[in-house]
Amino acid sequence: MLNIILGAISLGLLWAVMTMGVYITYRLLDIADLSVEGTLVTGAAMGAVWITGGGNPWIGTFMALLAGLLCGLVTGLLHTKLKIPALLSGILTMIALYSVNLRIMGKANITLLQVETVFSPIERLPFMQGLAEQGIITKNVAILLTGLLVVIIVSVFLYWFFGTELGSAIRATGNNQQMVRAQGVNTDTMILLGLMLSNGLVAMSGALIAQNQSYSDVQMGTGSIVIGLASVIIGEVLFGTKSFWRCLLSMSLGAITYRIIIALVLKAGMNANDLKLFTAITVAICLALPQFKAYWQTLKKSMQAPAKGGDGNAPTA
Amino acid sequence: MLQLHNVHKTFNANSVNEKHALNGLNLHLNAGDFATVIGGNGAGKSTMLNAISGVWPIDQGQILIDGENVTKLPEYKRATYLGRVFQDPMLGTATNMEIQENLALALRRGKRRTLRWRITHQERDQYRELLKTLDLGLENRLTSKVGLLSGGQRQALTLLMATLTRPKLLLLDEHTAALDPKTAAKVLEISDRIIAENQLTALMVTQNLRDAIKHGNRLIMLKDGQIILDISGEEKKNLTVENLLAKFAVVAGEELANDRMLLS
Ligand SMILES: Nc1ncnc2c1ncn2[C@@H]1O[C@H](COP(=O)(O)OP(=O)(O)O)[C@@H](O)[C@H]1O
Ligand SMILES: [Mg+2]
Repeated sequence: MLNIILGAISLGLLWAVMTMGVYITYRLLDIADLSVEGTLVTGAAMGAVWITGGGNPWIGTFMALLAGLLCGLVTGLLHTKLKIPALLSGILTMIALYSVNLRIMGKANITLLQVETVFSPIERLPFMQGLAEQGIITKNVAILLTGLLVVIIVSVFLYWFFGTELGSAIRATGNNQQMVRAQGVNTDTMILLGLMLSNGLVAMSGALIAQNQSYSDVQMGTGSIVIGLASVIIGEVLFGTKSFWRCLLSMSLGAITYRIIIALVLKAGMNANDLKLFTAITVAICLALPQFKAYWQTLKKSMQAPAKGGDGNAPTA
Repeated sequence: MLQLHNVHKTFNANSVNEKHALNGLNLHLNAGDFATVIGGNGAGKSTMLNAISGVWPIDQGQILIDGENVTKLPEYKRATYLGRVFQDPMLGTATNMEIQENLALALRRGKRRTLRWRITHQERDQYRELLKTLDLGLENRLTSKVGLLSGGQRQALTLLMATLTRPKLLLLDEHTAALDPKTAAKVLEISDRIIAENQLTALMVTQNLRDAIKHGNRLIMLKDGQIILDISGEEKKNLTVENLLAKFAVVAGEELANDRMLLS
């Protein structure tokens, strides 16, 4: 059980990077960007090709980030320059990337067994021996530590970036484009930057996930946007959005919580093939929460109103 | 300070909804002019302000701000010269951001957005002082989200943002129309003060004839995308609602439709 939870947390940390990417577009820019389904694989593919070619896995992960920036640029240009609606721009990039990803990998999947990954050096640390003797899967511990490091670096970077003049203009663009243009900012550029950053993070996350699962597969992105949204919403609902720090923390905790939930329902005997259905239903319910709340409130009011009216009109004789 | 030469703008050209909203508009504002703009619903008042701001390209004509031809400049570049307040209080500010963040965005109007921190300590003091002049209690709420403010507070804040770096031209489009009368009067008073203190050149669209007469040194009336009345100097000072209506009847050859023109 400990190993299951540990595995879920470490995997959650890798997905947390992706979740922060989705947060940038979905919450800060107010765009549902579907290109991430392709970008995640592009990142995985870049990383896998680089690593199997004997390259340094950290540099491979960084190359994935660069590839992601490029993917975001494509979606951004489709949307801002060609005026294609954001949702459709994302879908176009996603579809196009399917072919591009096959080109990058040269085949449908690449295995990463027996190769040096970003987790390998940490797994070789001396104290790992002791943990292994206690029955703990040391690979999970290595992923956990690496994931934690990456998540902290990304969080600090995002906190800084969105605190600058530029980052603040990007956030404002997601709020009110007309106002931002009236303040002399090119909103197209802001949307481009936001989409690039988002897709860069998603691709980096993809490279890390591929190294974790020891393969990169052209299908691995399917449904990832829904997983990202689920993590964003779970994070916000359970862990709050008080400040930007809190939001970033909530994204990571949301991604981890999602992975723990999945691990537990699988352990409880759910068919792995039903996972995507389960996730989609969870997200639909979460997105509908405000509606439920409003409905509940009116229901409560309408139930209270006659009671109150009755009291007021009660004969006082 | 502002010159509009023969400006034309047609919406939905070659369709049943075709609308010639600006029809050879000419206007020349001198530095320091504060012109109020009136005209019936659909006369082209907002369209004129949007043309100046560069919301979309115009079909024909020229727009000069302080001698510079800005006709081809995109909206965000013209913003350097312009301060704008919209009719809808939601449009002027970023809802999910703090009051001080909104002001900081406005302070950098016309400057490159860099990787420097978005707001400095000195700025905060400056904002607090400025917000104090509004007398709306906002000086102690620098870190409040703008979404929590009332419509009037938001318009006052937008006004402050529009004039934080001195604009060459201030454009106010019925910026008090969505407010209750008391708040509207207060925001109008703040507008007057800011324009006077900074000796701004301004265009203020209003549906209220009395406000149009009371404020500014010039009054412009639009009809069918053209200026049909332009009153300034002594004539503007001595203007009354009655003789404005009479003048209108002469130029337009008809009675002024009073449905949207509030006289109260
Ligand atoms: N973006 C637009 N698209 C289509 N028609 C527009 C647009 N903006 C304004 N119009 C039309 O142009 C005319 C003038 O509108 P406007 O300038 O908003 O009038 P007002 O004087 O009341 O501010 C109206 O008939 C309006 O419907
Ligand atoms: Mg209007």
